[in-house]
Amino acid sequence: MTQNGSDRPVVLEARGITKRFPGVVANDNVSLKLHKGEVLALLGENGAGKSTLMNILYGLYHQDEGEIFVKGEPIRISNPHESIARGIGMVHQHFQLVPVMTVTENIILGNEVTNGPFLNRKQAAERIRAISEQYGLPVDPNALVADLDVGAQQRVEIIKALYRNADILILDEPTAVLTPQEADDLVRVMRTLTMQGTSIIFITHKLREVLEVADRIIVLRSGKVVGETTPDQATEASLAAMMVGREVILKVEKQPARPGAPVLEVRGLQVRDDRRLLAVKGVDLEVRAGEILGIAGVQGNGQTELVAALTGLRPSEAGIVRIAGVDVSNATPRQISELGVAHIPEDRQRDGLVTSYPLTDNSVLELYYLPPFARGIVRDEQAINEHCTRLVTEFDVRTPSIHVPASSLSGGNQQKLIVAREFTRPLKLLIASQPTRGIDVGSIEFIHNQIVKKRDEGVAVLLVSAELDEILSLADRIAVMYHGQIVATVKNGELSREELGLLMAGAKIDRAVPVEA
Amino acid sequence: MAQAATEAGVHPSALRQVWERWSGILVPILAVFSALVVGAFIIGITGADWQAAYIGLWEGAFGSPRAIADTVVRSTPFIICGLAVALAFKAGLFNIGAEGQLYAGAVAAVVIGTTLQMPAIFHIPATLIAGALGGAAWAAIAGFLKARTGAHEVINTIMLNYIALRMTDWLIRSKTPYILGDPADTTGARSRLIAETARLPGFQVGSSTILHLGIPLAIVLVFVIAWLLYRTTLGFEMRTAGTNPNAARYAGISVPRTIVLAMAFAGGLAGVAGAIEVSGVRGSLSADFFSGLGFDAIAVALLARANPVGIIFSGLLWGGLLTGARLMQVRASLSIDVIKIVQALIIMFVAADQIVRFIYRLPKRKPGEETQLSKGWGG
Repeated sequence: MTQNGSDRPVVLEARGITKRFPGVVANDNVSLKLHKGEVLALLGENGAGKSTLMNILYGLYHQDEGEIFVKGEPIRISNPHESIARGIGMVHQHFQLVPVMTVTENIILGNEVTNGPFLNRKQAAERIRAISEQYGLPVDPNALVADLDVGAQQRVEIIKALYRNADILILDEPTAVLTPQEADDLVRVMRTLTMQGTSIIFITHKLREVLEVADRIIVLRSGKVVGETTPDQATEASLAAMMVGREVILKVEKQPARPGAPVLEVRGLQVRDDRRLLAVKGVDLEVRAGEILGIAGVQGNGQTELVAALTGLRPSEAGIVRIAGVDVSNATPRQISELGVAHIPEDRQRDGLVTSYPLTDNSVLELYYLPPFARGIVRDEQAINEHCTRLVTEFDVRTPSIHVPASSLSGGNQQKLIVAREFTRPLKLLIASQPTRGIDVGSIEFIHNQIVKKRDEGVAVLLVSAELDEILSLADRIAVMYHGQIVATVKNGELSREELGLLMAGAKIDRAVPVEA
Repeated sequence: MAQAATEAGVHPSALRQVWERWSGILVPILAVFSALVVGAFIIGITGADWQAAYIGLWEGAFGSPRAIADTVVRSTPFIICGLAVALAFKAGLFNIGAEGQLYAGAVAAVVIGTTLQMPAIFHIPATLIAGALGGAAWAAIAGFLKARTGAHEVINTIMLNYIALRMTDWLIRSKTPYILGDPADTTGARSRLIAETARLPGFQVGSSTILHLGIPLAIVLVFVIAWLLYRTTLGFEMRTAGTNPNAARYAGISVPRTIVLAMAFAGGLAGVAGAIEVSGVRGSLSADFFSGLGFDAIAVALLARANPVGIIFSGLLWGGLLTGARLMQVRASLSIDVIKIVQALIIMFVAADQIVRFIYRLPKRKPGEETQLSKGWGG
């Protein structure tokens, strides 16, 4: 939060950018200015047009109208090579690294330092070390990318851009994959970079980070710039309202839980991942009726495998899973589902929907074989349509028709369709995995309220989320998962955000952690 | 592009939906047209008169009642086997094995047709059902191997084709003892004739063509399969397992069971086609009987984009091209194999439909709209 950068020279300017895709205007007359050495946060919901705008600046798309100026010069960027030549570097949300190559090889890829026909790895490695020291980006140039953790891989991406002499950096949702501590490190790196004259466009939908790191904030909604502000003039609430276009209640309103009998009991569960390695290493859990147990943890610490085993999608190696008193260790997904278990899968397009199917078929994905949706083996289209219409209305799924393919819905509406489908079955246990990943604030608010409502109706809820804020605002109890184990189980409020973050990163915290079964 | 489109949340307008609906039909039609145009050039290069050739092709296929009858009879197995391939496509399986399933079904039909004695009202259904079961059992082997071990159905069905073909050959040619072979047939190339009571009824058009009961049966099968796929829970399971196996598992569908069932249904169809050819057309079986019909069925299914009703038309086209080729040969003194070139061009234009879309300025297909053929390799 340095001073407002408006007195510094403009390094990148977009004027009246318009980009249309069939049936939609992704960017509508968008203008922005980036000053030297500032962090400009570009805030907006999924689908607001942030990525389209950045892809235009980076040369992946070409705008239909409007102009781009780099350092005062009008330019026409038609591919990423040109934008790199102009000093624009981009760190994508999904890293563009080759895992089997070393850090050095990844960084020089496409920009090799050669010595005759040979690569000059040594010289490249020296330059990488120099950059790494200059900007406080610790990374071993000779390490294999596959061996690096996510935070380090991101540093490699940033160095890659700096190595190509980028002085304008576009960071696309850079904190989505980081632990809270790694995110703090990134903020420090961004400060160092801007102090040394690099300008940064920071794309995100996380309000807290924006207020922490940005010098200026531009909010996009439905392809238009709807506001420009600075952190000292804005609050999380005001930014959320600007993003969504109405007042948003960020705090989830909920009463204290009134836990009943245990619904989900897990003892000594072990599960292997796709590479046959033990990903869940002896987990004990208990979720009672009417409470929300939140599993906090950085992605890839066994949560995915845990949920897959609980829902019958992955065999367990050892241990017992009981749902409502019934032993379901290695039961089929259908047996588990018929016990009254709903599952919001972490990857809605992979598991939760058949995206080419219309909403109608998706609305009965698990119940298609039961009356009233089928009599014998014959489907009853009428009943399916009526069911789908009811879900769409009750859960406010925005769609032109129930007969369009699910792929035509926005992420938030796809998720609402899944939530609608799962919540309208007779339920005892709800397993929600990353239920609000990548969806808009309005839908998040809605889904959070629905989860609390189910809890209050006496459903046991297991919430798995990589967003610590989501766990903190929803869970009654929190279990922290690290390297396939539950390292702590506490009542929500017993540990601070920072302490939870440390546990998520595998660190020990100074005071004793109460571990309850 | 795709990323941005989803990011922006595209809602296809009604007009766009109508267009997309029609482009599915337009592309195959334009592919056939393009193939004929390129074919004309090739005919021209060989020095023959392409106009005479194509007029001969048309008249040979559809120019007289007899020609039409020939085309329809010829098309029947293409339609049913095309269905066999299309049904498997819908379940995410690439059934290269229609050829082997045809032989398996035909052998079973010959066994029942030659050994049992009963009135026609029982014997005909028994023969056809035997064909269906024979083909289903044969295809289920590949389905089982895929479901159990993950062995790819493309490899397995190809191998099963060879086994079926060689086994049929042996069953017919074996003389010590005679198994299916006919001692009265000096060439030893065909099986015994099936009983008159096992032969499909029909009426004669011209000197040699019989419009048999198998023809309406093929049309009925088209609508039964369309109904199965889109109106039953079983069809829903097959399509879901084929489109998104992960979501199918999530939905509680047993994907292995669905794979075996889909292969068995597909094989059953091809087996019925084999039985119909035996009991409706020749009355016997020989090892060169189908000579690639099962492979052409892939093209038929592909041209119809695995749409059951579309297969009626692509099957008729295929049968028509083969039937008309003979008159084309006479009229333009061309090799009959030119028709194979045209067929190959059609497949090429359908498979590489981006070429067709480019030539005729059709909108690009959306991701996920790929022709089903390429899916089979996903494994």
